[in-house]
Amino acid sequence: MGLLSKKDAALITDPLADNNPITIQVLGICSALAITAELKASIVMAISVMAVLAIGNVVISLMRNIIPSKIRIIVQLIVVAALVIIVDLVLKAFAYELSKTLSVFVGLIITNCIIMGRFEAFALGNGPWRSFLDGIGNAAGYGLILIAVGFFRELLGSGTLLGFKVLGDPIEKTGLYALGYENNGFMLLSPMALIVVGIIIWVQRSRNKALIED
Amino acid sequence: MGLKQNLHNLKEKYKGTKMAPAFNAIHTFLYLPNETTHNGTHIKAADDLKRTMNIVIMALVPCLIFGMFNAGYQHHVATGEAERAMSFFSGNFWNLDNLWIGIVKILPLVIVSYVVGLAVEFIFAVIKGHEVEEGYLVTGMLVPLIVPVDLPLWMLAVAVVFGVVIGKEVFGGTGMNILNPALTIRAFLFFAYPTWMSGDKVWVQGAVESIGKADAISGETILGSLAQSQPLSYSVSDMFFGFIPGSVGETSTFLILLGALFLIFTKIGSWRIMLSSVIGALVMGFIFNQVVDFGWIGETSKFYGLMSLDFWKHLLIGGFAFGAVYMATDPVSASQTNKGKWIYGFLIGFVSIMIRVFNPAYPEGVMLAILLMNVFAPTIDHYVVQGNVKRRLKRAKVKTA
Repeated sequence: MGLLSKKDAALITDPLADNNPITIQVLGICSALAITAELKASIVMAISVMAVLAIGNVVISLMRNIIPSKIRIIVQLIVVAALVIIVDLVLKAFAYELSKTLSVFVGLIITNCIIMGRFEAFALGNGPWRSFLDGIGNAAGYGLILIAVGFFRELLGSGTLLGFKVLGDPIEKTGLYALGYENNGFMLLSPMALIVVGIIIWVQRSRNKALIED
Repeated sequence: MGLKQNLHNLKEKYKGTKMAPAFNAIHTFLYLPNETTHNGTHIKAADDLKRTMNIVIMALVPCLIFGMFNAGYQHHVATGEAERAMSFFSGNFWNLDNLWIGIVKILPLVIVSYVVGLAVEFIFAVIKGHEVEEGYLVTGMLVPLIVPVDLPLWMLAVAVVFGVVIGKEVFGGTGMNILNPALTIRAFLFFAYPTWMSGDKVWVQGAVESIGKADAISGETILGSLAQSQPLSYSVSDMFFGFIPGSVGETSTFLILLGALFLIFTKIGSWRIMLSSVIGALVMGFIFNQVVDFGWIGETSKFYGLMSLDFWKHLLIGGFAFGAVYMATDPVSASQTNKGKWIYGFLIGFVSIMIRVFNPAYPEGVMLAILLMNVFAPTIDHYVVQGNVKRRLKRAKVKTA
C-alpha cells in the first residue's frame, strides 16, 4: 500500500486478523449471532456497521477537543444514534425486505460495543484520517467474521448462498438432495452461530500461538 | 519372541514419533503394556478406566439385543404381519425375522458410531500427541441406543464428529467434558434434523420409505400421541417390558432396571443419582396430576394428555429410565459430591417431566434436562463444598472460643 504509511496500513490490517473485534476482543457477539442465518443479511449488516463506524469515528475525532470528558459517552451515543437512524432509513427506502429481516438489529447497532469501543479507545485521541482508517479496519474485521459465519450458516442450514440454490433443490430432490442430503436445521439457530464463531476462534488461536493467554 | 514382545519392541523403536499414540492404543487394547509395575505396589484397584467402561457396556448389551428384536417387532406389527406380543416370552417378539431386521438396521448404526468416533479420537491423539483415551467406548455404545432406528448413517456420522469434537475434545478430551458426549450427539441430531428425530414416521423401521404408498405405516411414540391428547393405547406391561416404539434401546424399562441393578452392584453407577432422579420425576408428575385433579386444567388444554397421565407411568415411557440410569450417572459430567448428586438427580427428574409436559415439541425432556444439569453440576458441587467449608469453620470457631 503506497497510499498509506506503514503505521496507517496497520490500522486496517490489524483488526482483520490478530486484533479482530469479534474473535480476539469478543465484542459485537450479539449481532453476529442474531443476523448471520443468511449471507445477504450478514453483508448488509457489515456494510451498515462500516458506514456508521467510519463516519462516527471521523465525527468524534473532529469534535474530540471540544467534548467535555464528563459527558463524552452521551455525545458519542447521540452521534452513533443519528448515524444509525440514517442507515435504518436508507435501508427502509432502498431495501425494505432486507430491513425487515434485520428488524431491530439495525437499531441495535447503537449498542454494538465495537462502535463505542473504537470511539473511546481511538477516535478521542487521534486525528480524523487515522480515525477513519481505524473505523474502516475494525468494521472490516467485524464484517469478515460476520460474512464467514453467514456463509457457513446459509450454506449448511438452507443449502443456498445469497438465495441461490447451490446444493440443488430440496423439494424436487436435485443435486446433493438426490443423494439423501438434508439441510442442517441447527445451523439456522443462534446457538450454532456461537459454535461457528467458537470454531473460528479455535482455528485462529491454534494458528497463532501468541494469541493464547495462560 | 512372541507377538507381544515384538509389538513392545516396535513401540520402543517408534517412541516419540507422530503416530505413536495411535499405535500404543492398539497395543494396550490387545496387551498389558510392559511398563506397568509388577510387584511392590501399595495401592491395588481393579477398576481402571477400561474396566469401568466395559462394565457399562455389559450393562447396555441386553438393551441393544432387545432393541434389535423390538425394531423388527415394531415393523411387523405396523405392517400387520405380526400379532402383538402378549407376554414377555412371546414368540411373536423373540423370533429370527424380528432379529434379522434389527441386525440389518442397528448393527450399521453401532459400526458407524464406533468407527467415526474412534477415528476422531485417534486424530486428536495424534495431533495433540497424547495417548488415545478409552472415553469413547461407552459413548459409542450409547449413541446407537438413543437414536431412531431409521436414522440415515451419514447423519449419525456428522453428529458423532460434532459431538466428540465440540462436546469433548475442545474441553481437553476424556474426563474434561462438561456435557455428556452421547447426549450432545443426540441433541445435535434433534435440532439439526428434526424430521428424522421426532414425529410419527421415524420410530418404526420402513415407515419413512412407505410415505405416500398405499400400505403406508406409522408408529407414534407414546409421548408423541399423548402430546396430542390421544388416549394411551399400550398396556402397562407393554410399557414396562418395552414392546413400544421408541429409540433403539430405550424402550424396555425392565432391562434398564436390570442394567441399573448391575451398575449399582458393581458400584459403577451412582444409586443416589438414579434414585433421586426417579423421585424428582415422581414429584413433578404428582404435581401435574394434582393440577388436573383440582380442575385447573381442563380436557381442552393442550397439556391435558400428558398432565393427566398417572405420575408413575412417566417412568415407563420415553427415554426417562434410560437417561436416568445410563446418561445422568456419567461420572464425568455429573455432580461429584454426594449431596450434590441428590440435588443433581432430583432436578434432572423434575425438569425432564416438566419439559415433557409443557413443550410437546420437545417430547424427550430427559435429554435436555440432563444436558442442562450437566452444565449446572459444577455449580451445585461448588455450593455443596462451600457449605461444608463454612460449617466446619463455624465448628472450629466455636471450639477455639
